[in-house]
Amino acid sequence: MKTSWLQRMDLWVRHLLPAGLTLMLVLVGAMPTHLPGFAEISPQLPLIGVYYWAIYRPDLLPASMAFAIGLMNDILLGTPLGVSSLIFILAQGMTMSQRRFFLGKPFIVAWCCYALVAAGSILLEWALVSMLYDHVIPMTPVFFELLMSIAAYPILSWLFGRTHAAMLRAE
Amino acid sequence: MKPHSGALGRLASLKLLAQRFAFLSLIFASFGLMILGKADTSLVERVRLGVSDAAAPILEIVFRPATAIADAVNAVRELGSLRADNDRLREENARLMHWQTVARHLDTENMALRTQLNFIPDPDPSFITTRVIGDTGGAFVHSMLINSGTKDGVRKGQAVIAGEVMVGRIAEVGERSARVLLLTDINSHLPVMIEGNRAKAIMTGDNSDRPRLNYLSPNSNAAPGDRVVTSGHGGVFPPGMPIGIISSVQDGIVRIEPFVHRHQLEYVTVVDYGLAGILPSDNASEGHDH
Repeated sequence: MKTSWLQRMDLWVRHLLPAGLTLMLVLVGAMPTHLPGFAEISPQLPLIGVYYWAIYRPDLLPASMAFAIGLMNDILLGTPLGVSSLIFILAQGMTMSQRRFFLGKPFIVAWCCYALVAAGSILLEWALVSMLYDHVIPMTPVFFELLMSIAAYPILSWLFGRTHAAMLRAE
Repeated sequence: MKPHSGALGRLASLKLLAQRFAFLSLIFASFGLMILGKADTSLVERVRLGVSDAAAPILEIVFRPATAIADAVNAVRELGSLRADNDRLREENARLMHWQTVARHLDTENMALRTQLNFIPDPDPSFITTRVIGDTGGAFVHSMLINSGTKDGVRKGQAVIAGEVMVGRIAEVGERSARVLLLTDINSHLPVMIEGNRAKAIMTGDNSDRPRLNYLSPNSNAAPGDRVVTSGHGGVFPPGMPIGIISSVQDGIVRIEPFVHRHQLEYVTVVDYGLAGILPSDNASEGHDH
């Protein structure tokens, strides 16, 4: 089958979408919201992208990409370098190894499992940052950050689902 | 990809091995970055700010429309309270006029006394007002990105204020952007004093919205409602800049409610008092130019 240059270009851009959208979430996370009390507990958005694409299209957001997105997250948020990278690749690897379990399962299963992955990730982040800062970070805001992250999942998952469907239609 | 019978199985297992290896090396790379960052090399900082500089224009463009929408909503909401606001402001203006007279009087008196005493004044500060482009959220770090950097004269360690109240200090500077470490961050330590009785202490953030006072002498009689200001010790910030009020005194732990409201910050002012202080600065020699 012969594909024109334009078609290949189109496919290439389409395949960049999962990583691009997840990277976009890093920027969204850094945007000032001007909502009182929100900044301290703002959700860990890119993790949702890493998790979602690890289930449905792990070829388009591989571990190396998760690493790069985590690095970007650390740099923009000011967390110690390498912390988000480690969390994202662990979440990506763990989810990808279990992805057969998710395929064909209802949304609520994916959501519950996301809650588990997010809890593990944020707990690990808490331990790492506390260790690197030589101070125990208070747990309360961390807990609320986790709740916010879990609450943000349905919306972003819907968005990713639409993107995924559009990608499949085009292919 | 062409399916070739025997080679395919070997190729697949080789590919899996390579993937495992890549995964492991990425994990090691993350730990390597953490150790590198902990060693606090200037290289890590330069890389960080290079990326922040690149992201600064993107952040600014992306959230411009969001700001416009918020402004429009605010404008409509303000229309409703216009009359009440007007009354309140008129009253406040009258009160402030009175204070202005008092302040002018005190200022001239102060000036006269200073000339009599041969007083050496603090250097005149210079200001850089700049926009907040990133409120980098999360429970782990309390910091903000601003869109000024070394090219605008921002230096590491300078005080950041909003209006008259303290916001934080510059922690990292890039060419076009800088990171402000807020008072509530776990890495923020600030020499302060209680305004009424001049009792000195160190205000330390702990990532909650109420930083605490450490090393406060036990007989300082700190009480809720007392104003806390910078003490100027360490030569980093000038003395007397308002920070907040004491919100609670419990079991010897004194907590402060800062005056600054993080979510309202759209513009902040970076203040250069020409005090080189004890902060490590990459261009300490430049600090004495003023």
